[in-house]
Amino acid sequence: MTNHWVDIKNADLIMVMGGNAAEAHPCGFKWVIEAKKDRKAKLVVVDPRFTRSAAVSDFYAPVRAGSDIAFLGGVINYLLTNDKIHHDYVKNYTNASFLINPDFKFEDGLFSGYNPEKRSYDKATWGYQMETVKGGDSFAKVDPTLQDPNCAFQLLKKHYSRYTPDMVSKVTGTPKESFLKICEMIAETAAPDKTMTICYALGWTQHSVGSQNIRTMAIIQTLLGNMGMAGGGINALRGHANVQGITDMCLYSENLPGYISAPTDADVDRKTYLEKRTPKPLRPNQMNFPQNFPKWFTSLQKAWYGNAATDKNDYGYEWLPKRDGAYDVLAIFERMHQGKMNGFVCQGFNPLASVSNKKKVGDALAKLKYLVVIDPLVTDTSEFWKNHGELNEVDASKIPTEVFRLPADCFAEDTGSFTNSGRVIQWHWKAADGPGESKGDIEIIATLFQKLKAMYAKDGGKLPDPILNLSWPHRIPTKPSSAELLMEISGKALGDVFDPKDKTKVIAKAGEQLAGFAQLRDDGSTSCGNWIYGGCWSQAGNLTARRDNSDPSGLGQTLLWGFAWPANRRIIYNRASCDLSGKPWDPKRTVIRWTGTAWAGNDIPDMRPDAAPDENVMPFIMTPEGVARLFAPGMADGPFSEHYEPFETPLDKNPFSPNNPKALNNPAARVYKGDMEVFGKAKDFPYVATTYRLVEHFHFWTKHSKLNAILQPEQFVEIGEELAKEKGIANGDRVKVRSNRGFIKAVAVVSKRIATLTIDGKKTHTVGIPIHWGFKGVTKPGFITNTLTPYVGDANSQTPEFKAFLVNIEKA
Amino acid sequence: MQVSRRQFFKICGAGLSGSSIALMGYSPTSALAEVRSYKLAHATETRNMCPYCSVSCGVLIYTTGDKSKNAKADIIHIEGDPDNPVNRGTLCPKGAGLLDMVKSPNRLKFPEVREPGSNEWKRISWDDALTRIAKHMKADRDANFIEKNKDGVTVNRWNTFGFLASSAANNETGYISHKVLRSLGAVAFDTQARI
Repeated sequence: MTNHWVDIKNADLIMVMGGNAAEAHPCGFKWVIEAKKDRKAKLVVVDPRFTRSAAVSDFYAPVRAGSDIAFLGGVINYLLTNDKIHHDYVKNYTNASFLINPDFKFEDGLFSGYNPEKRSYDKATWGYQMETVKGGDSFAKVDPTLQDPNCAFQLLKKHYSRYTPDMVSKVTGTPKESFLKICEMIAETAAPDKTMTICYALGWTQHSVGSQNIRTMAIIQTLLGNMGMAGGGINALRGHANVQGITDMCLYSENLPGYISAPTDADVDRKTYLEKRTPKPLRPNQMNFPQNFPKWFTSLQKAWYGNAATDKNDYGYEWLPKRDGAYDVLAIFERMHQGKMNGFVCQGFNPLASVSNKKKVGDALAKLKYLVVIDPLVTDTSEFWKNHGELNEVDASKIPTEVFRLPADCFAEDTGSFTNSGRVIQWHWKAADGPGESKGDIEIIATLFQKLKAMYAKDGGKLPDPILNLSWPHRIPTKPSSAELLMEISGKALGDVFDPKDKTKVIAKAGEQLAGFAQLRDDGSTSCGNWIYGGCWSQAGNLTARRDNSDPSGLGQTLLWGFAWPANRRIIYNRASCDLSGKPWDPKRTVIRWTGTAWAGNDIPDMRPDAAPDENVMPFIMTPEGVARLFAPGMADGPFSEHYEPFETPLDKNPFSPNNPKALNNPAARVYKGDMEVFGKAKDFPYVATTYRLVEHFHFWTKHSKLNAILQPEQFVEIGEELAKEKGIANGDRVKVRSNRGFIKAVAVVSKRIATLTIDGKKTHTVGIPIHWGFKGVTKPGFITNTLTPYVGDANSQTPEFKAFLVNIEKA
Repeated sequence: MQVSRRQFFKICGAGLSGSSIALMGYSPTSALAEVRSYKLAHATETRNMCPYCSVSCGVLIYTTGDKSKNAKADIIHIEGDPDNPVNRGTLCPKGAGLLDMVKSPNRLKFPEVREPGSNEWKRISWDDALTRIAKHMKADRDANFIEKNKDGVTVNRWNTFGFLASSAANNETGYISHKVLRSLGAVAFDTQARI
C-alpha cells in the first residue's frame, strides 16, 4: 500500500476491484465502512461475482474475469476525452510532457521491438528523447504544453482512444450504462480536493497481465492526482500477516534485502554492478534517490560479511552468487520437473496446494533427492508421496524422494516483527512454547547453518569462504534472537559516521544504532541488513514495539505506533499532496506542507526537508525523472498497458487486435514447452473459471482449525442460475469440474451472485472455485483446486494465472 | 438468630414460604454476591498479531501461569487487541478461530523422516534430522556448485537446491534465511509473496 489501512477512511470514493476486502480482509474493510459512514464516501465494486464487498457497495458492476485492462483502459479514455483530469498534477508531477523516441510504435496489438521467438521485447525504442545541456548533463526533453505528438500525454491519449465504452462492454461484459456510471463517479475525484482509493488484491495480480492491471490503475490515479493524498494511493491488500515484510526482505532470487537488484552474470565486478544500478537524474534538480545505491549495497555487504568485507576484496562481491536467468517459483518447479534439482526446502509454504498445475508440481517433487518441510502444521506438500485416493493418486513405492518434516513454532510461540500491508512494522511477543519438540524458524535455520559451517570448516569443500566468513555476531549461534537480528537489519555505525556537510561533526559514534538510511555510507563504516528498514531500531530502541496510538491529526496516521518503512512515513509520495508552491490540495486533509522554511505536517515528508518549492524538486523521488510515469519503459510487456486475453480464453480473437494471433495473449509472458500444449480450448472447456477465497477460511491453513472447519466444512463450487439450468445442476448436487490438466469434485452452490455475461455477442458463464481444501485437514477432505489452474505467469512478476482459465462442469 | 444465606434457603425448603419467614422478621445476613471470577483475570496477557491476512490485526493471547520459569504457559484464549489502531479489538471469522489453529490436532510435534519409497513417517531426533539434511546439502553443493560460467566469469552459484520461504514467518526469520541462502550460493529461491 502506498497509504495504509486506517487512511482508507479519508477517501471520497473507494474502488474495490481485483479484490474482495469485505471477505478477505474484513478488519481492514471496516475503514471502508467508516469512510461511508463519516465522510459519506461512496463504494464502487467491480467483480465477476456479487461479493460481500459488492453487497455493501453504492454501485456494483460485473466484469468478465481476465478483462480488467479493457475496463480500466476505458476509464482512462473516458477521463481524457471528457477532460476529467487534475491538470496541474499531470503537467508537473508526471512524465506527460516527456518526449518519447519517435521510433516507438504500437501496431496491431504489439509494441515496437517484439521478438516472437524469444517472446520478449527489445526496448530500444521505448525511451525518452534526450538532450545535452550546458555543463554536459544529459536530460530528457519535455514539452510543457503537452501538444507535441510524441509527448507521453499525446501517446497515452492515442493508445487508449480505442477503449471506447462500446468496446469495453463488448470485451468485459459489463453493461455500458454501468461502466459509464462508474466512470462518472471516478471522474469526480479529478477535483484537486477529492480522492479515490483503490483496494485490490490477488484478483489483479494473478493474471498473465497482472502487473499491467495495476499499472493501468496507477495511470488513472496519477491522471486524477490521487497519489500522495490522504485517502488516495494504490493500495495492494496483501496476503499473509508478514507477506509485506518477507517481500521487503526479498526472499526471492531477483533481489537482495531492500529491493537491491541481485547481481547477474553480466555484472562481472562490483564497479560494473554499481554503475548499472546507480542512475543519473533525467531532469534538473531532482533528488534521484537511487543515486544512494552504493551506500545501501555496501552497508548490506558489511552486515553479511563483517570484517571480512573490505575495500581490498570489493566487500566480498565475488562471494555473492550471480544469476543466470529466472528462478521464480514457476521456473523452479519447471527446473525440478526437468530433473535439474536435487534438494528443496519448504519453509511454511505448501506448494502442492498453492502453485498451479498440482500434477506437475507433484511430479516435480518426486524427482528430488531430498525434500525438507518446515511447518507448524501437516501440509499437503509434506505428504505429496502418499496415496490419498483420487485426491492424490500416487504410488509411494515409486517415489524415491527422502522427505524430512520439521515442526516449527507458530506466531503465538514466537517473538519478532511483522510488517502489515500498510508497511507498518509491528513487534509481537511470544506467549507460550510450541507443542512437543517444535522449534522457532530462526533456530532451525541457524542450527542447520552452524552444522554446514562446521562441516566446511572441518572438511573443506566448494567455496567455503562466504560460509566461514558470514557475520554471525549472536550470543547463542544456534539461536539468534529476533532483537539481535532486527538491530542488524536496521543498521549500525561500525566506525564514527560524520556529517557530510561538516566533516568534523560525528553524527553516529562507532557501535551505535543508526537513526536511518540517510546515515549509511559506501566506505564500509556502516552496516545495514535492509536499508528501507533503516532506523526501525535506533539509539532510542526498538521503534517497532511502540504502542502509542494517539492520532492528533485525526487522519489516522498514528506516527508513534510501530514504525512504517521508509523512515516512518505513512503515506508515500506525500509531497504530491501539495501544489507546486507547497500548499495542500486539500487543507482539510493536510498530510504535509511547506512552512516557509521546511516541509512538515502530519507525516514524515517524502522530500528533502529543506527543498524549497522554487527549487522544483518533484515528488516522485525514487525515479530519476522525479515524476510519476504515465509511460513506463521498465515494464516487460509494454510502456502502456494493453488488453490481452487470458491464456485460456472463451474468445478466438483479441477484440482489440482481431487480425493478429500473436496478440491474443500477453506476447511477453513466458510459457514453457509442454505447458502451452495443455492450455484448454473453449470448444472443450466452454466456461470461464476463477478461484476465490471465503471469509471463513485463510488459504490452506485454517482447514486445520476446528472452528473454521465447522463454519465451512466442505468443498464447493459456485455457478449462476442460468448455467445450472442449462446443465441440469441443482443446489447441493455433486459436480465434477474439469480443466485440461485435471478435475475436482465438489458440491454445487447455485447462486444469483454469478451473472451470465455477454462477451463479444456470446453468452459466457463463470464458475467460481473457492481454494481452501486439500487432503490434510480437519475439514472434510477435498481436492486441491490448483489441479485445474494453468502453468503460466504474468510477464513481469511471474505470478500464476489463477484467476482466469477454462473449465467444463457436469454432474458427478 | 443468625441465618446464613444457605441456611435460609434450607429453611424455605423445609416447607415454609420464604416471604412469610421474611415477614416474621427473619432475613439472611448480607449475602456475599459472589460472581464467578473472570477466567482471564489470572491469566498472563501477551501482545501478538494474527498471522493470517495482511491487516495483521493486533491480538491479545491469554496464557495460564505467570511466565515464571517453573510455570508452563498454556494458551487458553485469543482475542483482538483494542489498542491496535487498525483492528481496534476486532477479529474476523478467520481470526476468531486462531486458538483452534494453535491447538490443532494437526500440529507437528517431532521431526520425522519418510525414507525413499516408504509409505510411512518415522520419528527421528532433531540432531539426526538436521545432520542428515546438512550432509545432503553439502554433498549436493560440492558436486554442483558453479564457480565460473562458460565465459570464465566468476558466478559462484548453486542452482540444484531450492527454497520456498514463508510469508507468515517474521521479518527476522526472513532476513536470516536470506543471508544464509545467498552465502551458500543459492539462487533458486522464492516466496509466497509471488503467488
